[in-house]
Amino acid sequence: MSRNLLGAMLKRIVILVPYTWLLVFFLIPFLIVFKISFSTAEIAMPPYSPVFEWADGLAGWWEKAKEFSFDNYLWIADDPLYRNAYLTSVWIAGTATLFTLLIGYPLAYGMARAPHSLRPILLMLVILPFWTSFLIRVYAWIGILKPEGLLNQVLMALGLINEPLIIMGTNSAIYVGIVYSYLPFMVLPIYATLEKMDGSLIEAAQDLGCTPISAFWKITLPLSIPGIIAGCMLVFIPAVGEFVIPDLLGGSQTLMIGRTLWMEFFANRDWPVSSAVAVILLLILVVPIAWFQNYQARQTEKGR
Amino acid sequence: MLKWTRFNIASVVLGFAFLYLPIVILIIFSFNESRLVTVWGGFSTKWYGELFRNQGLMDAFWVTIRVALLSATVATVLGTLAALALNRYTRFRGRILFSGMVYAPLVMPEVITGLSLLLLFVAIGFDRGFWTVTLAHITFTMCFVSVVVQSRLVTFDQSLEEAAMDLGAPPVKAFFAVTLPIIAPAVIAGWMLAFTLSLDDLVIASFASGPGATTLPMKIYSQVRLGVTPEINAACTILIAFVAVGVIAASIVQKRNEVQRVRDGCSGSGMSRPQRAAERANWQQRAAERANWQQRAVESVAAR
Repeated sequence: MSRNLLGAMLKRIVILVPYTWLLVFFLIPFLIVFKISFSTAEIAMPPYSPVFEWADGLAGWWEKAKEFSFDNYLWIADDPLYRNAYLTSVWIAGTATLFTLLIGYPLAYGMARAPHSLRPILLMLVILPFWTSFLIRVYAWIGILKPEGLLNQVLMALGLINEPLIIMGTNSAIYVGIVYSYLPFMVLPIYATLEKMDGSLIEAAQDLGCTPISAFWKITLPLSIPGIIAGCMLVFIPAVGEFVIPDLLGGSQTLMIGRTLWMEFFANRDWPVSSAVAVILLLILVVPIAWFQNYQARQTEKGR
Repeated sequence: MLKWTRFNIASVVLGFAFLYLPIVILIIFSFNESRLVTVWGGFSTKWYGELFRNQGLMDAFWVTIRVALLSATVATVLGTLAALALNRYTRFRGRILFSGMVYAPLVMPEVITGLSLLLLFVAIGFDRGFWTVTLAHITFTMCFVSVVVQSRLVTFDQSLEEAAMDLGAPPVKAFFAVTLPIIAPAVIAGWMLAFTLSLDDLVIASFASGPGATTLPMKIYSQVRLGVTPEINAACTILIAFVAVGVIAASIVQKRNEVQRVRDGCSGSGMSRPQRAAERANWQQRAAERANWQQRAVESVAAR
C-alpha cells in the first residue's frame, strides 16, 4: 500500500473517531433537549409527548411534529419566578465577579512583584486547590459560616458581635462560595499579564515625578486590562449556571437558574420546562462567550 | 527591579490564608472527638474507622475510582485524536462544527450537559448506571484533554515526524516513536486532569447515573444536605491527601528528570559554553511550556 493511501486512511480515522463521538454524545443530545423543550409534559415514561417511534414513519412524525408548541417558553416568560431566577443568576454572578476581582487583583499583583525564586512556589500554591474537589471546598465553608459555626464563635469571643450573624442561607454565603471557588481563575490570567509587564515603565514614571499610586492607575492598571477581562469572564460565565454553591450555601429563597433547572427536573419531573430553561440559559450565555472568544482572538493577533 | 512592598506581602499572605484556611479547618475537625463539627472535643481518629466501616461510602468510592480510571483513559485517547485532527488537518468537511463541538463543552453549564445526556439515554432506552456515567464523563473530559494536548502540539516541530517517515517509518510508527514521546507530558497532564474532573463531578453524574451506580460526590452531597458530620470531613481529608500527594509527587518527578537532563547535558561531557547556555535555555523554555500547559488546563477548567 502506498504511503499516501495509508496517510489518507489515517486522516479519516483520526478525524472520524472523535467527530462521531462528539456528534452522538454532544450534538444529538443537545438537539434532543431542543426538541423536548417544545413538547408537553405527561405523566408517563418518558414524561413528555409527543414521543417519536421508528414505526410511525415520516407521515406519523409529521402528524406528531404538529403537536410542538411554544407553550413552555411562553410559560417561562410569563412566570416571574423564572424571570427572577435568570436575573438573580446574572446579578449574583456579576457581583461575585467584582468581589473576586477586588481580592484577586492585589494577590496577583503581590505575586508578580515577589522575588523570582519564590514565584514558582506561589504559582503552584494557587493551582493546587484546583486539583482538590470543588464539592469539598464548598462544603468546608458550611462549618465556618453556619450560625454556631467557627466564624461566629471567633467574632463573639472577640466581643465584636453579641448575636451570631446569619450568613448561611443568604446571598452573602453564595458570594463567599463563588469568590472562594473561582479566585484562582481570576488570579492566574492577571498574574500572567502583570508578570510580563516591563517594570522599567513604572520606574520611568516615578523618575518623572509620578507618585507610586498614580503610576499604578496610569500604567499598571491599563496594561493589565486583558488579564482582568479574561479573569472576569472565567469567573462570570461558569458562575451564572452554578448549581452546587447556591444549593449548599444559599437559602431556599435564592433561586439561581442552575438550581431552578435541577428542581424542575428532579423534583417536579417537568422535562419539557427544564429543557426550555436550559435552552434559554444557553442563549443568555452565548453573548458573553462569543464576545470573549472574539476578544481573545484579537488579543492573540495583537501579540503576534 | 521593583520592590516587594509590605502591601504586596500582606496581600499575598492574606490571599493564601483565604484560600487555604477553610481546607485546613476541615482537616483539623476530621480529627475531632466530638460529633459536633464546630466544637473541639479532643483528638481522635475514630471517624476514619467509622468511614471504613461505612459500606455505602466505600462502595461509592470504588464506583468513582472505576469510572474515573476508565473514562480518563478513553477520554485521553479520544482527546488526543481530536487535538491531532484539529492541529494536523486544517481543511476537512465540517471542521468548523468539529472545533465548535470540541470547545463548547468547556463552557457549557454542567446542568445542561447532564440534562442533555440523560435525555439521550432515555431516548435510546439505555439503562442508566455505571456505563452511562462513564460515557458522560468521557464526553465532557475529552474536550479538556484536547485543549491541553493541542497547546503542546502547537509548539511541536512537525518536520521531526516527517523526517522519520522519510527514513522509512510508517506513519503510525513515526507517531508512536517520535511524536508521542515528545507530547507525552501533555498527554499525561490531560489524563490527570480528566481523572480529577471525573472524580470530582457531581452534577453530570447525578443526571447520568441510575440506581446502583452512586458516585462518591453524589454520596457526599446527599449526606451534606442532611448536615455536616466529622465522617464526611474524614472522607474529604482522605481525598485531599490523595490528590495533594499525587500532584506534588508528579511535579517532583518532573523536576528531577529535568535537573538530571541538564546535569547530564552540562557536566563533564566536554560541552562548550555556548552549548551549555543553549541547553539551559532549552530547559528553561521547557519549564515555561510546562507552566503554560498547567495554566491552559486550569483555564479550561474555569471556562466550564
